[in-house]
Amino acid sequence: MRTELRGKVYVIGNNIDTDAIIPARYLNTMDPAVLGKHAMEDLDPRKYPIPFLSKDGTCSYGVVIAGKNFGCGSSREHAPIALHAAGIDAVIAGSFARIFYRNAVNGGIVLPLESTLDLSESFRTGDEAKIELSGSPVISNESHNERGGRAYPLMQFGPVAEIIEAGGLTAYNKKRLGMIK
Amino acid sequence: MTGQTITEKILARAAGKERAVPGETIDARIDTLMMHDVTSSGAIKLLKKEFGNKVAEGLEIVVTPDHYVPNKDIASAILYQELARFVEEQKAKGADIHDYMVEGGDYGVCHVMVPEKGHVLPGQVIVGGDSHTCTYGALGAFSTGIGTTEAGNVLATGRLWFRVPESFLFEVDGEMPKNVMAKDLFLRVVGEIGVDGALYQAMEWQGPVISKMSMDERMTLTNMAIEAGAKSGIIVPDDTTIDYLVEKVPPKKLDSYITESCGGGMEAEIQSDPDAQYARTMKIDASSLEPLVACPDLPSNVRPARELQDVRIDQAYIGGCTGGKWEDFVAAAKVLEGKRVAKGVRLLIVPSTADIQRRLVKEGLYDTFMDAGAVFSAPTCGACLGGYMGILAPGEVAISSTNRNFRGRMGDPESRVYLASPKTVAASAIAGHIVGAEK
Repeated sequence: MRTELRGKVYVIGNNIDTDAIIPARYLNTMDPAVLGKHAMEDLDPRKYPIPFLSKDGTCSYGVVIAGKNFGCGSSREHAPIALHAAGIDAVIAGSFARIFYRNAVNGGIVLPLESTLDLSESFRTGDEAKIELSGSPVISNESHNERGGRAYPLMQFGPVAEIIEAGGLTAYNKKRLGMIK
Repeated sequence: MTGQTITEKILARAAGKERAVPGETIDARIDTLMMHDVTSSGAIKLLKKEFGNKVAEGLEIVVTPDHYVPNKDIASAILYQELARFVEEQKAKGADIHDYMVEGGDYGVCHVMVPEKGHVLPGQVIVGGDSHTCTYGALGAFSTGIGTTEAGNVLATGRLWFRVPESFLFEVDGEMPKNVMAKDLFLRVVGEIGVDGALYQAMEWQGPVISKMSMDERMTLTNMAIEAGAKSGIIVPDDTTIDYLVEKVPPKKLDSYITESCGGGMEAEIQSDPDAQYARTMKIDASSLEPLVACPDLPSNVRPARELQDVRIDQAYIGGCTGGKWEDFVAAAKVLEGKRVAKGVRLLIVPSTADIQRRLVKEGLYDTFMDAGAVFSAPTCGACLGGYMGILAPGEVAISSTNRNFRGRMGDPESRVYLASPKTVAASAIAGHIVGAEK
């Protein structure tokens, strides 16, 4: 597991559903390259006027900061895959819908980190963030603006730390079964 | 020692432990894995690439392609083909695999097919690559949705980790008004607690209204558990459950299950203790229910149908794992009998399984719907998730007996979906605007 992540943040609200993260019209493939080009495509532009993807389909963000219940809805693993393919390494949320969380952890795809603090005022879309993962996870705003220079504690991974360490459930199980050392 | 909930007992047994305490992480043995067309391809590849293509012993696999079948495009056809090849390959290897492919015609929407074909037993742990796998809790099983990597690992190991959920108890008494269905009851609950109101928890339903409720209606309650963020929904088995099992499960399988798994009787092990601990309890008087509608873009955005009469509709949809069961059509047909849909309204009838479709024809409901101006589809998840067979254009409005109304759920992001009971969907189709079913 990486000990430090850096990236521009994209800030969104509560109850971001899997249909917004990756619409069902793209579920006929699991190709990350295709899914990444449609990540967050159906986010409501009235609520989120800054698009997640640029017009050419690229994404300049590395971290998503969300409110409560991120990833609610479907069991589609296409959701964390699409985010990761677009360039997202970590999602920080007040809480996660359980299947999204499990897919992120078990698939070894993006890091799901929970925050007990509401970070929606501490970061704005486009701010630079650094996440330190050695010891207790911490996110800091590294931007040169009035929000910059502050750090916020995130919750520990708890019992899933071992799976995250291993790189996902497959590697974790193979280790347990003695298939890999 | 305090008592345990049915969920804690099932998970303790699956983990080979005395007790399973909420919050603790356990490694549970999985009885059954459900697989469908959209989420299985990666799991099949993972089994081959990482685990030598060997399925865990003792794991029952039920394969029910449904999302994009009959195949809607080439990419979907390839997903289906991969699933079909997996079935043949694993059958040849002697895996305990039961398939309901489109070939031969006996197929349908997973969460209606799996119980209908007798693959759910009380006390089992069932997982599936679909979020509405929580449906099977209606029969007293612990069941929950998982992802593709997880499905691949379950195929290989027959086990999966879980955080033991706290339970949230819903006690329902009173008398359900005649124009109200289980869908309205769930909408009332999710409207109150929100789409994360039962996050990570098991929603357990009890009370005289639940005891009297049919299995089809119970499945609406447990199916929708995920819409409140829950891990599972569950109802303790009773006579209704046993009658259902006797009808659906092959006698040999049922007998060996009762003698081997339940120590001779189903009652003892698979129920919640009177002093079980619940994180939260909510009491609901069913007599106070009325037809409800979840407005865009969340299932929790609930309002009484009577307040939404100015919402004109383009499409009325009766189908899906929540609202395409036999009794859903019986309820809708009663409303539509001898009536016609309003001008400009498309009424789509999508039976969830081939058996339901056949019964609709046999018992004359097919004619009722056709005479009312409905359009029939073959069983499929179809437009419920915006797949095909009823996609909405920008600005169009649908009322649907399905379970989700997220932005763009049934088509264009600028279309709108309202969720309601099959009765309310039928009444709205006749009126051309949203209206609750009459008493």
